[in-house]
Order: sequence, then structure tokens, then C-alpha cells
Amino acid sequence: MTGTITPARSDLAEVGRSEATLRTFLHGLPGVDQIGADQRAAMLGTRSIKTTAKAWAIDLAIRMVDLTTLEGADTPGKVRALCTKALRPNPADPSCPSVAAICVYPSMVPVAADALRGSSVHLASVATAFPSGQAPLEVKLADTRAAVAAGADEIDMVINRGAFLSGRYRAVYDEIVAVKEACGDAHLKVILETGELATYDNVRRASWLAMLAGADFIKTSTGKVPSAATLPVTLVMLEAVRDFRAATGRQVGVKPAGGIRTTKDAIRYLVLVNETVGDDWLHPDWFRFGASTLLNDLLMQRTKLTTGVYSGPDYFTLD
Amino acid sequence: MVPPVPITNAFEYAPSPESRAVVQLKPSYGLFINGEFVEGEDRIKTVNPASEEVLAEVVEASAAEVDRAVRAARAAYEKVWGPMSGRERAKYLFRIARIIQERSRELAVLESLNNGKPIRESRDVDLPLVAAHFFYYAGWADKLPHAGFGPAPAPLGVAGQVIPWNFPLLMLAWKIAPALACGNTVVLKPAETTPLTALLFAEICQQADLPPGVVNIVTGAGETGRALVEHPDTDKVAFTGSTAVGRGIARAVAGTRKRVTLELGGKAANIVFDDAPVDQAVEGIVNGIFFNQGHVCCAGSRLLVQESVYDEVLASLKRRMARLRIGDPLDKNTDIGAINSAAQLERIRNLAEIGSQEGAERWSPPCQLPDRGFWFAPTIFTGVTQAHRIAREEIFGPVLSVLTFRTPAEAVEKANNTPYGLSAGIWTEKGSRILWMADRLRAGVVWANTFNKFDPASPFGGYKESGYGREGGRHGLEAYLNV
Repeated sequence: MTGTITPARSDLAEVGRSEATLRTFLHGLPGVDQIGADQRAAMLGTRSIKTTAKAWAIDLAIRMVDLTTLEGADTPGKVRALCTKALRPNPADPSCPSVAAICVYPSMVPVAADALRGSSVHLASVATAFPSGQAPLEVKLADTRAAVAAGADEIDMVINRGAFLSGRYRAVYDEIVAVKEACGDAHLKVILETGELATYDNVRRASWLAMLAGADFIKTSTGKVPSAATLPVTLVMLEAVRDFRAATGRQVGVKPAGGIRTTKDAIRYLVLVNETVGDDWLHPDWFRFGASTLLNDLLMQRTKLTTGVYSGPDYFTLD
Repeated sequence: MVPPVPITNAFEYAPSPESRAVVQLKPSYGLFINGEFVEGEDRIKTVNPASEEVLAEVVEASAAEVDRAVRAARAAYEKVWGPMSGRERAKYLFRIARIIQERSRELAVLESLNNGKPIRESRDVDLPLVAAHFFYYAGWADKLPHAGFGPAPAPLGVAGQVIPWNFPLLMLAWKIAPALACGNTVVLKPAETTPLTALLFAEICQQADLPPGVVNIVTGAGETGRALVEHPDTDKVAFTGSTAVGRGIARAVAGTRKRVTLELGGKAANIVFDDAPVDQAVEGIVNGIFFNQGHVCCAGSRLLVQESVYDEVLASLKRRMARLRIGDPLDKNTDIGAINSAAQLERIRNLAEIGSQEGAERWSPPCQLPDRGFWFAPTIFTGVTQAHRIAREEIFGPVLSVLTFRTPAEAVEKANNTPYGLSAGIWTEKGSRILWMADRLRAGVVWANTFNKFDPASPFGGYKESGYGREGGRHGLEAYLNV
């Protein structure tokens, strides 16, 4: 691809150099027509995924779940239980895959690290004064370093929406760069909190801003504001990672989070991935679901497909 | 059944066919005249274009049978429908609209079977619009004095209506709903290749207790249509179809008292500016030309791209086209179904061949077409100029001609440089440019940042060789009132 949205690779490294270059670049991205994006997502929502395709999609969705607990009431006991579930989501069925990761607050990382040691399940921690992001940079960096030191290999940071909405893109950019550095080897997921960005144009700009600053993943939401992940928002983000790879050669992952509760929802997202960016993103390394209740519905539908009958919720573990 | 087309990616959608069981096909159908089905002498077979399977036999109505239908319509107009109050007529139209909604699955499946269009489109586009048209014009039936055509606008009488095969039921709705709302009775001839949903609609008229003779359906081919158009006792001829046939109809009715509306061909320009929302513009290009296999008179068959974004738009378009799913029209995941007939397929092949011979570069995504039935891969031609035949003639298939422009004035000039003028599309984030362009484009419908968007409240019709008269909206009433 050539043209306005994909300058040559060498140019992109320079984009973060100043407020002016960043603003020029982000405002030069093609717009998103809201009605068109909504319609495309709605059309893909009508895809009918049955039998073998459904079984394949359910297993992939389970492998993509970031099993999440982000409550003030979280305790070591609760987190240990969740880790056990992450490793063996359906104890009655050894063919059921593990989830991608556990996602907890920084204070719970040592407990989770203990419980997950030696497994392939990743340990993600939210950081940077999640969910509001309203703290001094030093506090955010300390938050990040503490989580990584305690064993988190993935950090879910929130961007400074206040700075973004007031047009101070450089401040947002610098903060992501600093957090990325504080992460060391840990993967950085950047939460855009799309519900607060309000327009799809902003979602596209924030996606590019995060990727330019070094994000390994871009994530829709904290799950703590009323408007969380939606199909059209995820569509816009998928288009952004697709175009970013075409421009730079670097692949970035996408994580919708919040409000994805049913197997039907999850399959709609996988269809969206399939028909927007294709095979390369249909892998837990490149697409995740931030969810807590989704997993049990996936397990229920999985059991229904294998046994032909629905089991009640009591046949699946609470956490 | 159409064999499934193999998909090469990891997420392979299993077949998800809509059940045919909802449709009870009869081996043969009569003509619908004066409220009942009557036999005729000559018969023609109607097939499923996706498999060439014969679905049923229908009558090829003779001039005598057409005459019988017109006489039934005349009697119903004089004795029942003409004198009936608008309020009463509205009740029948509302009832028909509701039955269409109730039986929409059945109608959608039959439409896809007989036409070849994907079930996703007949289910999500055609049928909702069909019902919406009946609801919309039902609402006008008792409000005609307020439509702006005088205090007591009178109906015309008997309307002879001839419709095409691309949207069999939707074109029926566009013709019948306003005619009936205004107090006319109709004799409608569906297209030769797609008569079945019109005959199912006839059953719906019976179910709604519509008085006999108000709606009459005569099936057949060109000769049947000619008999209807030339019948001395029709007051109005309404035609949707090719410009060549439309010209013949205009000639046939010239010098008679008949009113005529014609909705004919098109070669619409879909104009993409360098500040367009690219991803949505690409969706709009795809929807503009590949919706209904390009069997759309207002299809965006000429893509005009501003040169500064040509590479980017073309790359995105090709990537998107590679995702189109071609195959069994009844599979719920199919995007592109079958070409409606062998004759149409032949015409598309010929024009595509001419495009290559004239030096345009042809491209289609890799896709495997089913062995039986009539299929044509979605195709784009680049390097096309205004001098190419594929930029001038209506192909009426999934074939897009790509041209470029440098300035808005050049875009307008190229868009208007066609004998047609049915529709146009503009893609830009700049509102003032949309209005500037819309003022200058000689096309009946101008879409901005969307394409192929229809609504019963919005008038539709053409400039120049795309025909005359408007269908839809308040304007659509004028075609059926004596004003």
C-alpha cells in the first residue's frame, strides 16, 4: 500500500518527534464514516457459524480469553481459584484448552504468579493507575515496574484520555513510550478506553498513536465505563493494525474487553477478525478477549456441541 | 444443490444453508386473473439459476389471456376499487404488508431460488423493503388530497406493469403499492425468468381477501409483455428494464392516451475523493457493483478515483474482493450468488471480453465457481477510459470499470459523460463538496458516503436514457394519479 495513510517506514519513526508532526500525522489519517463502519460490523454479525466451524471457533475463543478479575474485593483466595480455572477451564474434559492469560490488579500479581508458575498461561496486570489513569507519571511507572517485578509478563496500561481529548498527543505518546520502557520484556497492551473517545476518528487516531509509541497490543476498554467493546470499534482498531503492519512491517495485537458475554458475541468478533485482517491475527498471540463471564458460556456451548445436550450452569465452575 | 466452494483460510465457515422446506413449490402455476388461478395454453419452465434445476412450469400468456386479465382489471376498477374510499383501500394494503412480513422467510427463500441472489440480501434487503413499500403507500391511500396534487386527485384506471428479473418482488412492490393506493387496478407481468414470487404474491392477495381483479398477474416473455403494453384498454404503462425495450414501449404508446413511466438502464459513477473515508468507501464500491451480482440498474459500475489515492484505494479494493464469498445463494454466508440466466451470463462474458480486447486490465480474486448454474467471478477492469465500451455500456453484472480523475470538475464531467443518468455516488469527508457535486451531477439519485440505499419515502428515477417518471415517495403517487 502506498498513499496518505502509509508513509515509508523511515518517516514513521520521526512522527513522534514533536507535537506538530504527531498532530499532522494523526489528523492526516483517513476518516471513518460512522454509519458505514456500523453497517459493515452489523453485516458481519449476520454470518452464520455452524457445526465444525463453530467448534473450531469456540476452542480458539477459549484460548484467547484473558480471564479477568478487577474488583476491589479481590483476595488471594479468589485469584488462586481463577488461576486454577484458567489452567483447566473444564476439569471434566481434558481436551478443553487453557485460556490465554489471567488479568489482575498489581497487588494480586504475586499470588497469580505462584499459581501459574510453569504453565503456558500468561499473567497480565493492569497498571498506570487503572482505570482512570489520573495519576502522576512517576506513580504510573512505579505501578508498572512493581507489577513486572512481581511476575507479570503482560501489562495493560490506560492512556491519558484527558490529554488525548484536549489534543496533547505528545503527552499521551511520551507516557506510552515511558511505560513501554518500564515494562522491559513484558508485553504492553494499551487501553484506549474507546467509550470515552466518543468518535471512530478518535479511535483510529488513538490506535495509531499507541502503535507508534510501541504498543504490542491495543485494547478497547477498561470495562469500568458504561460503553465497552463494540464490534464497530474493534473493526476500526483491526483496520488500524492491518494498515500499521503494511506501513511498518510490525504486527500489533487487538483486545476487545468488556461486555463480551456470550459465545455468539465471541464468534462475531472472530468473524470480524477473519474478514478484516485474516489468518495472521486468528491466534492468541494477536487477538484476546478481556472477559470474565464469557468463559463459562464458551464451555457450555462447547459441551453442547460434543454431547448434543445443554447442561445447566451448575455443571461449570463459578471461577 | 450447488457444491460448496472451498475456502483456503483457517477459519472455514461450514455450510449454513437456509432450509427450502418453508417453500411449497407446485409443479405448475396458472395465471392470476380476477382473483383466481386459471390455466393457459402455452407453458414455459422456470429454473434455479444456481443449479439449472427446473423449479416449476408457468403459463406463457397469449394476447387473449392478457385481454382477459385487462378486462378483469377494468371491471374491478369500475365496480369496486375505483369507487372505494381511500381508507378502505388502505386496510387492504396494510393487510398485504403484514402478510408479507409474516411470510417473509418463505418469500425470501423463493426469491433466492428463482433469482439466484444470496439469501442474506433477499432476507435483509429485498423483503424488508417490499413490506416497507406496502406500509408506506398504505399510509397515503386516505391522504391523497394532501399530497399536493389538488383537492381530489383521481386515479388513472387500469395500469399495465412490466417488471425485470433483478428484484422480482421489490419491483412488484414499487409498481403495485402506489398504483393500488391511488385507486388503480393492475395487470402485472413479471420477468420471464423470475415469475415465482409474483405468483406467491398472488396467493397473498387471496389471503388478504383483496377484491378479485384488483391485482392480476400474467406470466410470460416478451410477447406477453408486448400484448400488455399495446392493449387498447390500459390507461397507464409502467416499465422497468432495459433502455432498448423501454424505447420500444415509448414508441408503442406514442399517440395513445396512455401515461408512461420508464425506469431503464444506468452506468453510474461512484466517485472517490482523496479525503474519503477509505475503508467505508471500499465497502461502498463493493456494495455498489457486487450487490445482487451487479444486476442493479443503479449499480456503481464506473469507479472514478482521484489519482492521488488510486494505488491505496485499488489495493484495499482488491484485498476486500478476495474476501467475497461466492456460491450457493441459499447459504447464509454467501455474498455473491448466481447470474440470473444463461443469456445474461453470455452478455456479461461478451462485454468483459471486449474490455480485455480494448486493452483494459482485467482482475478477479482467486475463486472457484460451481460447475452447474450460471456464474461470473467479481471482476474489475483498470486502465479504463471514457472511450472504452465497458465504460459506456451497461453490463448489468459484477464487473467494475475503474477510471481516474484529477479535479472535482473533471469528476463531474466524466460522471455526466454518459447517455444514462440514474444514480451517482460521492465519497468525501467534505460536506461542501458533496453539495457542490450533487448540484452538478445529472443523475436521479446521488448518494453521499453510501451507495444502493433505498427507502420507500425517497423518490427514485432517471435523467436522459435512464427513463422518466419517479417511483417512491410522494413523487411516486404522481405516476398513478390523473394530474
